[in-house]
Amino acid sequence: MAENKTPLVKEISKGIIKENPTLVMLLGMCPTLAVTTQASNGIGMGLATTFVLLGSNIVISALRKVIPDKVRIPAFIVIIASFVTLVGFLLEGFVPPLYESLGIYLTLITVNCIIFGRAEMFASKNNVIASACDAIGMGLGFTLALFIMGSVREILGSGQWLAGLGQMIGIEDWQPITIPFVSENPMLLFIMPAGGFFTLGIIIAMVNKLSNKKPPQEIECGGCDNCPMSGKCDNKEEKAS
Amino acid sequence: MKTLGVILLSAMLTDNFVLSKFMGICPFLGVSKKLDSASGMGIAVTFVMICATIVTYPIHHGILVPNGLEYFDTVVFILVIALFVQLVEIAMKKMLPPLYKSLGVYLPLITTNCAVLGVTVLNIDNSYGFIQSIVNALGGGLGFMLALVIFSGVRKKLEYADIPETFKGVPATLIAASIVSVSFMGFSGLFN
Repeated sequence: MAENKTPLVKEISKGIIKENPTLVMLLGMCPTLAVTTQASNGIGMGLATTFVLLGSNIVISALRKVIPDKVRIPAFIVIIASFVTLVGFLLEGFVPPLYESLGIYLTLITVNCIIFGRAEMFASKNNVIASACDAIGMGLGFTLALFIMGSVREILGSGQWLAGLGQMIGIEDWQPITIPFVSENPMLLFIMPAGGFFTLGIIIAMVNKLSNKKPPQEIECGGCDNCPMSGKCDNKEEKAS
Repeated sequence: MKTLGVILLSAMLTDNFVLSKFMGICPFLGVSKKLDSASGMGIAVTFVMICATIVTYPIHHGILVPNGLEYFDTVVFILVIALFVQLVEIAMKKMLPPLYKSLGVYLPLITTNCAVLGVTVLNIDNSYGFIQSIVNALGGGLGFMLALVIFSGVRKKLEYADIPETFKGVPATLIAASIVSVSFMGFSGLFN
């Protein structure tokens, strides 16, 4: 897979747009909706997830021949949970404001479908370098999606943009960008839970429109080779097709 | 200290896991197509939540805290949850095969349902007692089921609606979820 440079670049770029984990593959919806009340939270969550994804993808692909197939799911979960604990410590030590604002959702990176999905679909089948590239691409795609969601919700809901970023990177006198008109009449609904669902719905509809493809239907059975549930699936007839 | 009734109702209504905390969105969007699979999923999740709380609470306070190992919480909790999901799966396969079939891949995915891990971690974070934790888990599970059941009714109507091509599928579902979430905002002043 990694004989020349081109596939590696492709591994990175596919995650950002073509196979964007959130907006196209619809994985990891919970953090997407929960932390995106501010654009800066979106960036922080995205980067934390990218770090966990990178670490777990590298370790899992390095151990892919050692882990027996039958216990791979618990093994993956333990590896992912360890990296999440690690990120929790790092953020608590170095970026306390972000640690506070992400709160419980930081722990919940453990159960983010993107990380588990990539471990199962990519890292357990490919070598370390390709898996690392895949993780960076997917992580950046996730960060981008969160940043867009956060920006839309923050601008419409509070009339500001990038409000928490200065605190996050340690600049004391950070001035958030104020959006004229909206800041006098903020639409509070957008920073409430309902606004999260609404914004994500509109953004996915726009992505569908732009990519000009049919809306994602139900989960199709694409054979067992790529299916994360192949070990548990009893659907032998569909498997064959 | 909050009374048990307040914990139960606030976990169910004002702090509904799906509609105001955004936990468990995957099964919320995936299994809410039919009423019976929605309620089956709700019962399974409630059961796993309560069992996981009953086991993780003593582990945290009895084993991890005395030894200064609180940072193992995430790893231990997720393993306990995975274990219980496996049990539910085996039990359901034997006793309720039709429901087992209709839940499909979403049944093993309860493991990665943030609501379950979320409720166990929240119990620790809010420093609830043992009984309070169980009540919180029960309320969370019932709230999850309530959201799923209500939403399955909404989606039934949505199936017959004539919506623009671009919005078909997930976007329309999300916007409908937004409107259901607005209705849950009505509960927000209930307790203070």
